[in-house]
Amino acid sequence: MMASSYNAKDEDGHITVSGPGGGTLRSKKPENTAFKQQRLPAWQPILTAGTVLPAFFIIGLLFIPIGIGLFVTSNNIKEFEVDYTGVDMSSPCFNCSQNFSWNSTRPCTCTIPFYLDQPYESNVYVYYGLSNFYQNHRRYVKSRDDSQLNGDVNSLMSPSKECEPYAFHENKPIAPCGAIANSMFNDTLELFYNDPNGTRIPIPLNTTGIAWWTDKHVKFGNPGGNPNLTAAFQGTTKPVNWRRPVYELDADPGNNGFINEDFIVWMRTAALPTFRKLYRIINKKSSMVPTLPRGNYTLEVVYNYPVRSFEGRKRVILSTISWMGGKNPFLGIAYITVGSVCFFLGVVLLIVHHKCGNRNNSADISN
Amino acid sequence: MTWRSPLALVRDALRGQRAREKDLRNLASNLPYEGLEKAKQPNCYFPGNAIKTTKYTLLLFIPMNLFEQFHRLANIYFVGLAILNFVPVVSAFEPGVALIPICVILSLTALKDALEDFRRYQSDRKLNNTPCFIYSRKEQQFIKRHWKDVRVGDFVKVVCNEIVPADLLLLHTSDPNGVCHIETSNLDGETNLKQRKMMSGVCMSDPEFEPESFNSAVVCEKPNNNLNYFKCYVEKPNKEKVGAGIESLLLRGCTVRNTDHAVGFVVYAGNETKAMLNNKGPRYKRSKLERKLNTDVIFCVILLFTMCLIGALGHFLWLQALPGVPPYLVPDGNGHLDSPSLSGFYMFFTMIILLQILIPISLYVSIELVRIGQIFFITNDIDLHDEGTDSRVQCKALNIMEDLGQIEYIFSDKTGTLTENKMVFRRCSIMGTEYAHKENAIRLAVLDVPVSEEEVILNQQPRPPRIGWSLDTEDSNPEDKWHHHDNRRKSKVTGNAQSDAAFSSLLEAEVIPDRKLLQQICRAESSSSSRNIDPYLDFFLGLAICNTVVVSMATARRQRVSGFSRSDQASNPLDTFSSLVKKSGSLQHIFPSWQHKPKKNRTISEDSVEEEDHVKPPVKIEGSGNTNKLHTCLLHAPSDNKSAMTPDNLSYEAESPDEAALVYAAKAYGFTLLARTPDSVTVRLPSGEDLVFEVLDTLTFDYNRKRMSVLVRHPITKEYVLYTKGADHTIMELLGTPYAEHLSGKQKNIAANTQHHLDCYAKEGLRTLCFTKKVVSDKAYESWSVNRQRALAAIDNREELVMDTAVQLETDLSLLGATGIEDRLQESVPETIMALREAGIQVWVLTGDKTETAVNIGYACRLLEEEDLVINMSCANKFACTSMLDCTLEEVRRYSEDPRNVDTTQNISLVIDGRTLTMALSSDLQKRFVDLAKRCRTVLCCRVTPLQKSKVVTVVREQLNVMTLAVGDGANDVSMIQAADVGIGISGQEGMQAVMASDFAISRFKHLKKLLLVHGHWCYTRLANMLIYFFYKNVAYVNLLFWHQFLCGFSGSAMIDYWLMIFFNLFFTSVPPIMFGIMDKDVSAEMLLGVPELYRTGQGAGEYTFTTFWVSMLDAFYQSLVCFFIPYLAYRDSDIDVFTFGTPLNTISFFTILLHLSIEIKAWTVVHWVVMLGSVALYFIVTLAYSAICVTCNPPSNPYWILQRQMADPMFYLLCIITTVVALLPRYMFHVLRNSIAPSPLVKARHLDRLDPSTRDQCMKEWRSFRGIAQVRPSRLSTPPSPTLETTVDIHHHSSATSDIMWDEHHH
Repeated sequence: MMASSYNAKDEDGHITVSGPGGGTLRSKKPENTAFKQQRLPAWQPILTAGTVLPAFFIIGLLFIPIGIGLFVTSNNIKEFEVDYTGVDMSSPCFNCSQNFSWNSTRPCTCTIPFYLDQPYESNVYVYYGLSNFYQNHRRYVKSRDDSQLNGDVNSLMSPSKECEPYAFHENKPIAPCGAIANSMFNDTLELFYNDPNGTRIPIPLNTTGIAWWTDKHVKFGNPGGNPNLTAAFQGTTKPVNWRRPVYELDADPGNNGFINEDFIVWMRTAALPTFRKLYRIINKKSSMVPTLPRGNYTLEVVYNYPVRSFEGRKRVILSTISWMGGKNPFLGIAYITVGSVCFFLGVVLLIVHHKCGNRNNSADISN
Repeated sequence: MTWRSPLALVRDALRGQRAREKDLRNLASNLPYEGLEKAKQPNCYFPGNAIKTTKYTLLLFIPMNLFEQFHRLANIYFVGLAILNFVPVVSAFEPGVALIPICVILSLTALKDALEDFRRYQSDRKLNNTPCFIYSRKEQQFIKRHWKDVRVGDFVKVVCNEIVPADLLLLHTSDPNGVCHIETSNLDGETNLKQRKMMSGVCMSDPEFEPESFNSAVVCEKPNNNLNYFKCYVEKPNKEKVGAGIESLLLRGCTVRNTDHAVGFVVYAGNETKAMLNNKGPRYKRSKLERKLNTDVIFCVILLFTMCLIGALGHFLWLQALPGVPPYLVPDGNGHLDSPSLSGFYMFFTMIILLQILIPISLYVSIELVRIGQIFFITNDIDLHDEGTDSRVQCKALNIMEDLGQIEYIFSDKTGTLTENKMVFRRCSIMGTEYAHKENAIRLAVLDVPVSEEEVILNQQPRPPRIGWSLDTEDSNPEDKWHHHDNRRKSKVTGNAQSDAAFSSLLEAEVIPDRKLLQQICRAESSSSSRNIDPYLDFFLGLAICNTVVVSMATARRQRVSGFSRSDQASNPLDTFSSLVKKSGSLQHIFPSWQHKPKKNRTISEDSVEEEDHVKPPVKIEGSGNTNKLHTCLLHAPSDNKSAMTPDNLSYEAESPDEAALVYAAKAYGFTLLARTPDSVTVRLPSGEDLVFEVLDTLTFDYNRKRMSVLVRHPITKEYVLYTKGADHTIMELLGTPYAEHLSGKQKNIAANTQHHLDCYAKEGLRTLCFTKKVVSDKAYESWSVNRQRALAAIDNREELVMDTAVQLETDLSLLGATGIEDRLQESVPETIMALREAGIQVWVLTGDKTETAVNIGYACRLLEEEDLVINMSCANKFACTSMLDCTLEEVRRYSEDPRNVDTTQNISLVIDGRTLTMALSSDLQKRFVDLAKRCRTVLCCRVTPLQKSKVVTVVREQLNVMTLAVGDGANDVSMIQAADVGIGISGQEGMQAVMASDFAISRFKHLKKLLLVHGHWCYTRLANMLIYFFYKNVAYVNLLFWHQFLCGFSGSAMIDYWLMIFFNLFFTSVPPIMFGIMDKDVSAEMLLGVPELYRTGQGAGEYTFTTFWVSMLDAFYQSLVCFFIPYLAYRDSDIDVFTFGTPLNTISFFTILLHLSIEIKAWTVVHWVVMLGSVALYFIVTLAYSAICVTCNPPSNPYWILQRQMADPMFYLLCIITTVVALLPRYMFHVLRNSIAPSPLVKARHLDRLDPSTRDQCMKEWRSFRGIAQVRPSRLSTPPSPTLETTVDIHHHSSATSDIMWDEHHH
């Protein structure tokens, strides 16, 4: 480390190189500070039965009510689920699911009747659910170009390499590029209320408000300032599996192109292979009438999306939501369980403390 | 610059290379060539004096540093991983991003290296620009230049107190005798002056040296690093050769002292100087913990590969199970999909990249940081600072601090380590008559008592010397008394500070002559002053002559300590003392006691020795010194002013403190050593006569002969006289013809008597030396002298031949007498040894001293206890040794297996001498010896050579597989220090070789206690806990990704943003464990010192064991499972996206990891709180900022506004809380239950720590005494063993030559 042994000493000021007078007499005595002497005042908790007892009881007493609250909240959420994959012969969508390919031009429609045995009071969220669809596959997740989606013109015309092999089609850049966009969910769902008197009343489904506000307004954007989307996307081509180009996703210019909310929702890749994605919102009309009254409904599906290649299932979910999101009793149960376990452990510790505690407190060392 | 052909350059380079490689170098003066271009100069091939210790140059820093760093396997691993990331098929992350961690690590290390190198550069520059005087022909005088300008062949003048800039062949000095004194403390730490003499016959020592007249060639050997050896000759123009050795070489780095100026010829410069060649870098040792750590890293690698294999296999199976080509399978650029098996194969590598953090990349950097912090705290410990020498503990090895906490065996030197190594002449025996020096003993006791720290004990049982003292202070209040103590101590301390410069302190310099002996000398003087054959006179002459003490004048004293003048030391010691006292401003306190001293002395003599009633008060404040009084006693007028030298301003500097003590003793009797040059010794006799002895040869001390001799020519009788002193057992064998004819009958008797006295001395713990004389006949001398010259001139195995000649001469010695020198125990040694033993450390003492001395010291420092069973092994041949080992082993086994002794610690101690040890350590007996030694509580090895010391350490270390520590202070301990796992040097009286070789340097033995029990324990537990935590942390975090693979088709995808993952390891969770490793304090220092038993927790496997490692691994798996699957269950079948799912996971994991640490932290100081809360704040601030800024950056994760949304969601908090609770519950519970049901001693200690100090001390005492009783009790209850073996009460050897089996047991 040091240049040499005497160098080292030199640095310490112990040798003056020339002349008399000797070295500077600087004491090497360490400073007597609490920090340097490692005597900083410290809180020294010792985990023993006696000291942690309250913590266990408090956790128990806090968790159980929270759990009950969560459980009740979750139970109050109304949820209805229809599987329309059509793997079953009896299923109305069986035919559609059999003769199908991405590029079939003739749409296949199937109608699924269902019955809601209780009215849905508040806003109802319509989800479509896919299972066994690995949107979290590493290469799938990567297969997108965020700057293209953000409206960057350069990226629009020359999509990133990550989009390969869905970057170019017939030498034209694909907009939006990548596997995620290419595999976008394209079933159309429509909901009808079967009035007891026999009429089918279409239920208005809200197409906006289903994506994150930040996604729609910050992350995603149409290229250029051109209000004419057709011109903006000039020179690009649609993804291979799509039927329509991206600028024809919706008639509403505020929900078209890259800022189409269905598209944005799809682009937010799901974390788990079984997932649902928000499709539409049925807004509550007035406080008097339930959003979805009890009764018979019909779900009309334009069956486009193939799932047989991965043994997937397709579902439609109608759900109300609460402050804690969708229906999920797990958290409530978990809280109740953990609370009870802690309470029980608290009791165990109480016994332990009773039996061994005295021994510790008297600091008896002669075990 | 003139143009030179490349060919010429190459030729020159080759020539230079050849010139440097030659065995002998031909050097010539540069002066005739001054001003010529460099190539024409004769010495141009040799390097200049500018040194460069920097490792790197500015330009080549990056490649060189990288090259250095890639010597570390871990770095290669991580770079390999980063490169793997650039392979598209396997890349898990953005290739560039993967480089970040390794770049950060590499650049941090590079920065550290650069800083170190810069410091080296600065110190080099400072050194190179130090001024010095070089002769210039142009100017005709020495002109001021810089060190870097010095070149081989130059003439350099060094003035007093200046440092020698290069290795100089001494050609001229200002001293009339041609001597130059140097101090080599910069090289080896030895503070005594050494003499170097100028080359004789080369230059006339004119008053003014003329460098230009020097036209000889200097031929010297190739540079080497041996500081004590140099070979060269000067070839004069007339082809006459004059040889020179190390005695004419001034080494670079030495300081010239006591010599006005010296001129030398530069033989080696710069990096070729001996000092620089000796300058090795810091030693690299690997601690036990680190070795274990490395195996665990390998476990981690295995774990990683297993997980990757699972991933690869899983991916393969997952692909196989797919019925078709799902839209989420992305083909490569050409639209081609790899087959499942190939994908699985690629996936293996992807997984390695993904899970790479399992091998903790930052671990090594963190460990280094922790060690820096630990060193900081150790060196700043005020308790390990020695007031006397103003030195702190030094950590020389930077990476074995934690070993201090695991020591099981301590091997200690005795002299200077357990004892002060401040030698005090105590008694002597001349011609078989003992002179007890009672007054001297009393004086020592007085000096000693107030200094010792054990006032409590002293107050309980006042020793005789304190009577006068306490009488005096009777009326004063106790506070005053304390004041006295303080002042005394202060003055003692200043005395110590002085003795830093030389060995002789007040204590050693002052000897009060024995009255009887004085009279004896008076008689001898008057009767035979003419012939000088009286043994008494010879004895003291021997004392004064037979040594290598350097006499230095107080006027030319060294300027080391500016505050106090060292001249006082040599003058009347009492004056010194009182002047010191005056200086420390405590005169009024200290005086009364001194005035009362005569009274006290009388008291003692009254009740002890009747005949000494009339002893004159030996001590007076004012008045002349002892020598003067002696003169009056001898009825001789003090003969002063014969020369400028008066005895009063002499000071003696010896390489070993015994020598100085003996010279001072001789001086006290009037035999004053006045001067010593290489060729002569001047001694002033009590008569005032100055005798100049011509020194013909000095047979220096070595560890094999264990003696030294000086051959002189007596100025009066013209006889050749050889004075030899040495260890008694070597001397006794060499005794030959009687001293003088008329004494022939008594000779045998004298030897026997002296031996008896020697044994008594040894029993008292004194160091003994025998003095002999031999008159060599002229003829014998001449023939020997021829041999000697031949041996000295020999080139091959010169040392052996020289030693042989020494042995040849040292025969037929006649015994003069013996001396006993006291070497006091250092303060607090017994307490330290007791504490170390309670800490479960076996303390062995390896000493070169006599068995009796060692045993005595053993009892004094409580190494041996009164109740102990002491096995004394000493045998003459191997057969005896074997059978003895077997018997003893059998006996000891039976003893320990005796049911009555089952629950006891063995109180068996083994004393073994060097010769027996050699046999016991031979390869076939080694095992048995170690087996026996293992069962002994203490082993004392006496009369061992340095080599044996290291052998013992090595054997114990390897056979028992234990952690060993060696502590010593002298050159003879170096090999032992290097052999042990941890070597500790005591910077004491015997120079610095031990310190240089050591890993840690302390100044007192007692510091060992805190160093081991507190710092060792802390360093070990801190680092061990930190390492375990580090492994846990990485596994717990990485496993989140691993569990995710089960839900993403083993595709190697991550749900956490890569940047956040990097930040997580680099910033969010890196500081807390480092702080934990530096600052955590499980038990307070007081507690650790009070209950040494706590140290045992670190011994052996300690806290960091195979199980702790795997338990924490399992815990990590459990926690990661919880941290992953609770959120999974909560978010199952919802619309959560990948990175929104990852955010709570990351946060939960963050909190779990931090809270896990806070369970482990034992003491929360301000720093802890700041660091922990700071980490939490940092996490949220950085993550929030990152997710607010990053709109389209870092695809695919794109964390934009994710955390913000999550933090607005109550579910996030609920999830964080419950997951953290569930994850930590088992560990928490485990700690609670263990601490409640079966608390470890450490936990008990922590309980005590929380009590208020007084109760705590009470409890500590109880705890200790409980153990203490447990240790003592058994030996009383059980019957001592050994009915089969002969028991003798006598501990002494009858005669070492005849004893075949001796086996003593002692029940004191």
